[in-house]
Amino acid sequence: MRLRRAYGDGPLHLLSHVTALALAAYAFTRIFAGGQPWNVVLWFVGAVILHDLVAFPLYTGLNRLALGRRMRSVNHVRVPALLSALSFLVFFPLILGLGDGRYERATTLSQDVYLGRWLLLSGALFAASALLYAVRARRR
Amino acid sequence: MKRVAQIALPGPFRRENWSSPLRGPWLTSVLGAVLLAGIPVVAVTGLLSYAAYEPSLGRNNLIGDPGLLDFYVFSWPTSPSWLYALTQGLHVTIGIALVPIVLVKLWSAMPKLFEWPPLRSPAHALERASLALLVSSTLFQFATGIFNAQLYYPWKFSFLSAHFYGALVFIAAFVLHAALKLPTMRRSLRERRLLDELRRGLDDTKPETGVSALIPAAPSAPTISRRGVLGLTGGASLGLLVLSAGQSVGGPLREIALLAPHGRDLGNGPNDFQVNKTARSLGITPAQTGDRWRLRVTDGATRPLELSRAQLLALPQHTYELPIACVEGWSTTQTWSGVRLRDLAALAGAESFDELLVESLQEAGSFRRATLSPGQVRDRRSLLALRVNGADLSPDHGFPARIVVPALPGVHCTKWVSRLEFKATRA
Repeated sequence: MRLRRAYGDGPLHLLSHVTALALAAYAFTRIFAGGQPWNVVLWFVGAVILHDLVAFPLYTGLNRLALGRRMRSVNHVRVPALLSALSFLVFFPLILGLGDGRYERATTLSQDVYLGRWLLLSGALFAASALLYAVRARRR
Repeated sequence: MKRVAQIALPGPFRRENWSSPLRGPWLTSVLGAVLLAGIPVVAVTGLLSYAAYEPSLGRNNLIGDPGLLDFYVFSWPTSPSWLYALTQGLHVTIGIALVPIVLVKLWSAMPKLFEWPPLRSPAHALERASLALLVSSTLFQFATGIFNAQLYYPWKFSFLSAHFYGALVFIAAFVLHAALKLPTMRRSLRERRLLDELRRGLDDTKPETGVSALIPAAPSAPTISRRGVLGLTGGASLGLLVLSAGQSVGGPLREIALLAPHGRDLGNGPNDFQVNKTARSLGITPAQTGDRWRLRVTDGATRPLELSRAQLLALPQHTYELPIACVEGWSTTQTWSGVRLRDLAALAGAESFDELLVESLQEAGSFRRATLSPGQVRDRRSLLALRVNGADLSPDHGFPARIVVPALPGVHCTKWVSRLEFKATRA
């Protein structure tokens, strides 16, 4: 009971957290042993900052901007925009041709096709959404 | 403590600023349940990939001293031949398909990041530290894995060791979080029935009720229904699955994998299938692979046999349909012909050996050599392949000779083989 008051939870909580954190600390020593420890830290910390303090406020802000216009059609813009952004997020190294030509050297293929494919995919998403909007508007 | 709780808080720390009427423990739990099913698939197949490299043999281990983690490494089987294509295809494809689920899950739980007071007790501090680790390692694992599959390396550390040990950080934090939240998840899921929720349109979308920091204190009017969010998330996940699965499944599906790095059609010729590392990029010259090329085969004790390609072609040839499955998640099944590795062992007089060291003409790169286990060598389908689909191997597919072993990771199917050593490591 004294533990609960001082610590804020039971012994199982304490033990499981200490175990997990110790295991994680061990794993970090192994990653650091592979070299470039500061670069590893930069990536672990940078990933959180980029998501929580850059990406999240950015998409929330964009969403508020879209809602601020009080369009009834807002989801017809939001949905294709989100899907397009998501496919970009996952495949942007290929789409933007990043990687110093490594892809081309490895596969014999040019990386150039991906930007066009992504633009076509995004265009198709917006077009499908617009079509659906038109159909719905006519029915009303 | 009291005073901390009373100071005027900036934006996100004020509960009334989180106004989405959709946030709540039920939605977070639905997404959590999907991750609880999906993440173990990605984690287990990832760990299996480490085992598939047979890190205990020769210099196969590329992540440094494996330390405590060799405990689960077992002799990787050769059957079914598509085993690695399956496990690694799942690892990469399911991993990519989980991206939208992870992102929406993070969105749904975001108010927790801005809890106030930030630390209530030592227990709360530990909980938040482990959550920070969970979010950080999740983003790290997904980003490094997805970049690697696109051959994009914007970091300075070693991908192999960072992604492997990063997985350990991630698994520890994930298991802890799942165990801690399982009761909450089960309770929250009982609050609403999924099927009922899927019938509700925008007009019937009401905020969740109950006591939870995720439920908005001052909800705004909904602009999308709960089923809309679930449909969008599920649809996005399915979309990414379609955009990438084809590079593993192959056949007509390959061309649907529009954005996948190995989802492209290379033509109809016998050698027109996916290449990973061209001869030129690794400095393999026609002079090295021409008439003067010899395969040296040795048992390590006696003088090596030297075999020309014509001599190899004069040995009994065998043909099997086998996949090449890459650690980057794509695979391709072709019809390979060549000499059985076990016939070459017999030819070299290697009666009993513990491993086969395969060396390539390639002078640089982590995979210029690979070590195979006796089980892999003795499988009747394990070949030193000389031809593919009825034609000579092309330079990019490893001419004059390459290794093809069922269920072996692609990078260990060494191309441009120059030397085979059947080693007895135990006296």
